[in-house]
Amino acid sequence: MATGSIHTPKLNQYLLSSLLIAGVSIGCYFISDLVGYRVVAFILLLCVSLLAILFDILPVLFAAALSALVWDFFFIPPHFTLQVSTTEDAILLLMYFVIAFINAVLTYKIRRAEKLARDKEEREHIVKLYNTLLNSLSHELRTPIAAIIGATDNLNSNNNLTPQNRFDLVAEISKAGFRLNQQVDNLLNMSRLESGFIQPKNDWCDINELVYEAVHRIEENTSQRISININPDLPFFKLDKGLLEQVIYNLVNNAVQYTPAKSSIQISAACHADVLSINVEDNGPGFPDAEIGQVFDKFYRLKNTRTGGTGLGLSIVKGFTEAMKGNVSLENGTNGGARFTIGIPAETNYLKNLKNE
Amino acid sequence: MSNKATILVIDDEAPIRKLLEITLQSNGYNVLQAATAKEGTIAAASHPPDMILLDIGLPDASGHDVLPELRQWYTHPIIILSVQNAEEDIIRALDNGANDYLVKPFRTGELLARIRSAIRTTTPEETAPVINTGALQIDLQNRIVKVNTETVKLTATEYTLLALFARNEGRVLTHQYLLREVWGPGYINQSQYLRVFIAQLRKKIEADANRPQYITTESGVGYRFIAT
Repeated sequence: MATGSIHTPKLNQYLLSSLLIAGVSIGCYFISDLVGYRVVAFILLLCVSLLAILFDILPVLFAAALSALVWDFFFIPPHFTLQVSTTEDAILLLMYFVIAFINAVLTYKIRRAEKLARDKEEREHIVKLYNTLLNSLSHELRTPIAAIIGATDNLNSNNNLTPQNRFDLVAEISKAGFRLNQQVDNLLNMSRLESGFIQPKNDWCDINELVYEAVHRIEENTSQRISININPDLPFFKLDKGLLEQVIYNLVNNAVQYTPAKSSIQISAACHADVLSINVEDNGPGFPDAEIGQVFDKFYRLKNTRTGGTGLGLSIVKGFTEAMKGNVSLENGTNGGARFTIGIPAETNYLKNLKNE
Repeated sequence: MSNKATILVIDDEAPIRKLLEITLQSNGYNVLQAATAKEGTIAAASHPPDMILLDIGLPDASGHDVLPELRQWYTHPIIILSVQNAEEDIIRALDNGANDYLVKPFRTGELLARIRSAIRTTTPEETAPVINTGALQIDLQNRIVKVNTETVKLTATEYTLLALFARNEGRVLTHQYLLREVWGPGYINQSQYLRVFIAQLRKKIEADANRPQYITTESGVGYRFIAT
């Protein structure tokens, strides 16, 4: 089975090469009296060149040999023999052979060199992405670990600490713990996405409650003002609560990380024709237009951005939203800040109906 | 609390700045803080501190670029504090004029010891002509080295190497630096020379050459002379 599937494309290439040479030869047969058999040689060479661009080396060499034989047999006088009557024709036939072969081999070499260059570029790109991830991960994991170790060292053996110092150190340990946990979540979520096994577990969700929960986890440690603007009459949606909460959390957290202190972040939600749409908007610096297309790419981080961050948060937003059959988009708002919009199609139901269910 | 040295912390991570502020202040240092390379260089220039703790990953520039810039005029110790633990990062920083390199996460006790050591090394009146540490005595003026009061015979190269270490007590000296200083600029890739001479030197001055007390190995980077 396996070998068959490998050989099939090659066999097809031999077949197609033969068909092309045969077809063109038949066509040429009718016009050879008009144009002369030497022009036919050029037409056949052209076919071999075309095949060289498309096919592997062996089928092309085969086509070169076949076309040379066809040209000799059908077109060089005397017709329908492989004999060649004049020295001039013998030289032409030989040259045909050589040119066709050189043509095939050169084209093949160029294509192979191109492919190698492409592969190399791709490998370099992957290595670069991998290095970026390692760098940002080591920063994101080691910074909070450094804070925890440093703080506990002080709490254990520094006798000069004031009560305020102790309070601050404990607060740093707690913040660092949350930050580590968040990175671990991101990594686990990323591997869930990579494995392709995300099966949304849908259940009725109160979007108001869900957004409050996601924001509550962030609010304590930030100076930004986060306001939630959701109509209390919004229907319930049948969605995966865990996935959606992570999406909102990552969007809001992204805004918190990359806007100046005391910026404002607004979250709004609406329902249009059984599609839940959620907006997360800030009044920060927004995204450079040239990079908007890449922000959802895995490991992508803006050029000239602050250190920290792994380039995973927004790619998880995209992955989870798509796992829920929804989509996410980003634009810079009229005030210059970033506006993320997610739209997820879902069954809706109003509370009063659910109560009767 | 006698040492009221001022230390400038250049690090973009607020938790690290807070931690260092508490650690250093409670150990009697004054602390200045900067979150970016730009703020840091301005702070260093306007109130030259006694020491700088510099992070490599800064938002507006790499610490690798800030370091040589500072070194054009700043002569006090600079210790690098970074999450980057690759040898090439460490060597690059040390070659660019950092006195020491500490990888985050670090132990507080070790940080404080390195700070004390860096400040001590650059205080000129303390580079005594005779260094006494444990059983080892190095008389830099008369070129005499003693272990347990017995004079040790050193070759000229061994002595040059040891004297170089003694004058840079506490500081990591990179392979390249040692080779250049002792053998000359043409030898900076001949690390086998260094290995041989360090081994000989350790046999002569260390109690146990396999567990050196004085000349410690900084894996992949260089060596450090420690006076107790």
